[in-house]
Amino acid sequence: MTSDVQLATRPADVSARDRVDAAKNLVVSFVLNGKPLSVAVAPTELLADTLREGLGLTGTKVACGTGDCGTCTAILDGEAVRSCLMLTAMVAGKTVETIEGLAGESDIHPIQQAFIDTGAVQCGYCTPGMILAAKALLDENPKPSADDIKEAISGNLCRCTGYTKIIEAIDKVANAVA
Amino acid sequence: MRPFHYERAATPAAAVKMAGTTPMSPDQPSVATPVQYLAGGTNLLDMMKIDVMRPDRVVDINAIAETRHGGIEVSDDGMWLGALARMAEVAEHADVKHRFPVIAQSLTLAASQQLRNMASIGGNVLQRTRCPYYRDTSYAECNKRDPGSGCAALGGFNRMHAVLGTSKACIATYPGDFAQALIALDARVEITGAHGHRSMAFAELHRRPDDEPHMETRLAPGELITAFTIAALPWARRSKYLKIRDRESYEFALASAAVALDMDGDIVREARIALGGVATVPWRASAAEHEIQGKRLDERALAAAAEAAFADARVFEHNAFKIALGKRTLTRALRETAAMET
Ligand SMILES: Cc1cc2nc3c(=O)[nH]c(=O)nc-3n(C[C@H](O)[C@H](O)[C@H](O)COP(=O)(O)OP(=O)(O)OC[C@H]3O[C@@H](n4cnc5c(N)ncnc54)[C@H](O)[C@@H]3O)c2cc1C
Ligand code: SF4
Ligand code: FES
Ligand code: FES
Repeated sequence: MTSDVQLATRPADVSARDRVDAAKNLVVSFVLNGKPLSVAVAPTELLADTLREGLGLTGTKVACGTGDCGTCTAILDGEAVRSCLMLTAMVAGKTVETIEGLAGESDIHPIQQAFIDTGAVQCGYCTPGMILAAKALLDENPKPSADDIKEAISGNLCRCTGYTKIIEAIDKVANAVA
Repeated sequence: MRPFHYERAATPAAAVKMAGTTPMSPDQPSVATPVQYLAGGTNLLDMMKIDVMRPDRVVDINAIAETRHGGIEVSDDGMWLGALARMAEVAEHADVKHRFPVIAQSLTLAASQQLRNMASIGGNVLQRTRCPYYRDTSYAECNKRDPGSGCAALGGFNRMHAVLGTSKACIATYPGDFAQALIALDARVEITGAHGHRSMAFAELHRRPDDEPHMETRLAPGELITAFTIAALPWARRSKYLKIRDRESYEFALASAAVALDMDGDIVREARIALGGVATVPWRASAAEHEIQGKRLDERALAAAAEAAFADARVFEHNAFKIALGKRTLTRALRETAAMET
């Protein structure tokens, strides 16, 4: 999906959204899912909106918009962050990963597979954020304890699964990696 | 979000200079300051999205994190924390955890991993109250937002509101955790502004609401926090942050206590106590400290400290529970701190 993202400017229809954007007078260059790109944005634009609307990467969800739920999780320079409380301008020169960047050429990412195998996905709305929070954790700490896992996803709300299966899925990947 | 002019500053001096080009009145509500520094953005952008803050200019200070002001320096004399250090970095720093545990704990128990990765410690101490009426512009009454308009919380739902340091004009709780830890360790805050550098006791930074709840801190408009300093006091190592909330993680405090003790056997030589979740500002409980200083920390002394801490408390319709909860939080924190191996 990311391979066809090469936007220097955003598609014109995006500006049709009902909001008082100032001129798109900032050009922000960053690396998204391994590919360098530049986007022209208004200073007010949030990273979540650039990803979803400017770049069509709708795996990043926006539920609360106030930092509470974690569906908008992205990985910025290796760390999980909230893309709904971050200006796109703030990622200049940085590296951003979204759920679309996880799968390889032929296989989905082991964390994605574990979520499927474990039954950690129900409605799926929290899933991209959960998987990215898990990835940021495992990249830094490949053998997390159950408490480490709980802490890493404690900012990601899930209204369906009761979390047990999600924790199990992450634990499964950690153990398989060993 | 309303449009604003966006700039980036790479040094404290550049940031202050940029902010200084807009004339700003020292009397306007803190929330209405037309130039805002942008650090992690986790509070500022939230406040802008809900339209409570409407700055004309936003000065992005994140590049300052590349300088000394994004770092943590620990020596035998104490600790220097750059204002742009992230909550997560400070919380996970081995020396901070070991030598200043209350600092690391107050940050670990705050917000979520994603937010701690983004949020700076300078922005953290300036985060705004979560009073729902302050955060919702459809309520006209809020003295903190709009001086003289009244206070919707007084006759509204005030379960989360303060019992200490309230005034007739405002009863909003100071929501953060880290600030209490700074007070327990006698921290100072370093500030730079158009008129040069200054520093003050961190405990002086926040202003009680009194009859001017719209004046939230003693920073002048355009002043920048550059660092926090903490001396290696004898009570720093025996220190603890206890936070009680509606659920076990990822929630603001209903009551919290930052405690630091210097013990001579089982006698308290020196004590520091700061309370959170129950007060309008990060709250130093000096009267409670007096009750235990020079004493054995037995049940009588603990009860006297808890009594003293809440002697001046004033409750509202839904928050009377905070007195009992606050007292128990304090006594448990004192007990556990005294029992620490250091
Ligand atoms: C869902 C959620 C849950 C949370 N839970 C907790 C919690 O449990 N405990 C807790 O303590 N906090 C909690 N927070 C608050 C969070 O910790 C703060 O939002 C964060 O620390 C603010 O830091 P920042 O760098 O993002 O500040 P910003 O949002 O960038 O700035 C906040 C304010 O400070 C000003 N500012 C920033 N840096 C400086 C500086 N160096 N000098 C002068 N002015 C400056 C800005 O202009 C702005 O007015 C929570 C937040 C959210 C969204
Ligand atoms: S408690 Fe303070 S912040 Fe809340 S409505 Fe009243 S004046 Fe406003
Ligand atoms: S949409 Fe960002 S935290 Fe909910
Ligand atoms: S699977 Fe539905 S919210 Fe998590």
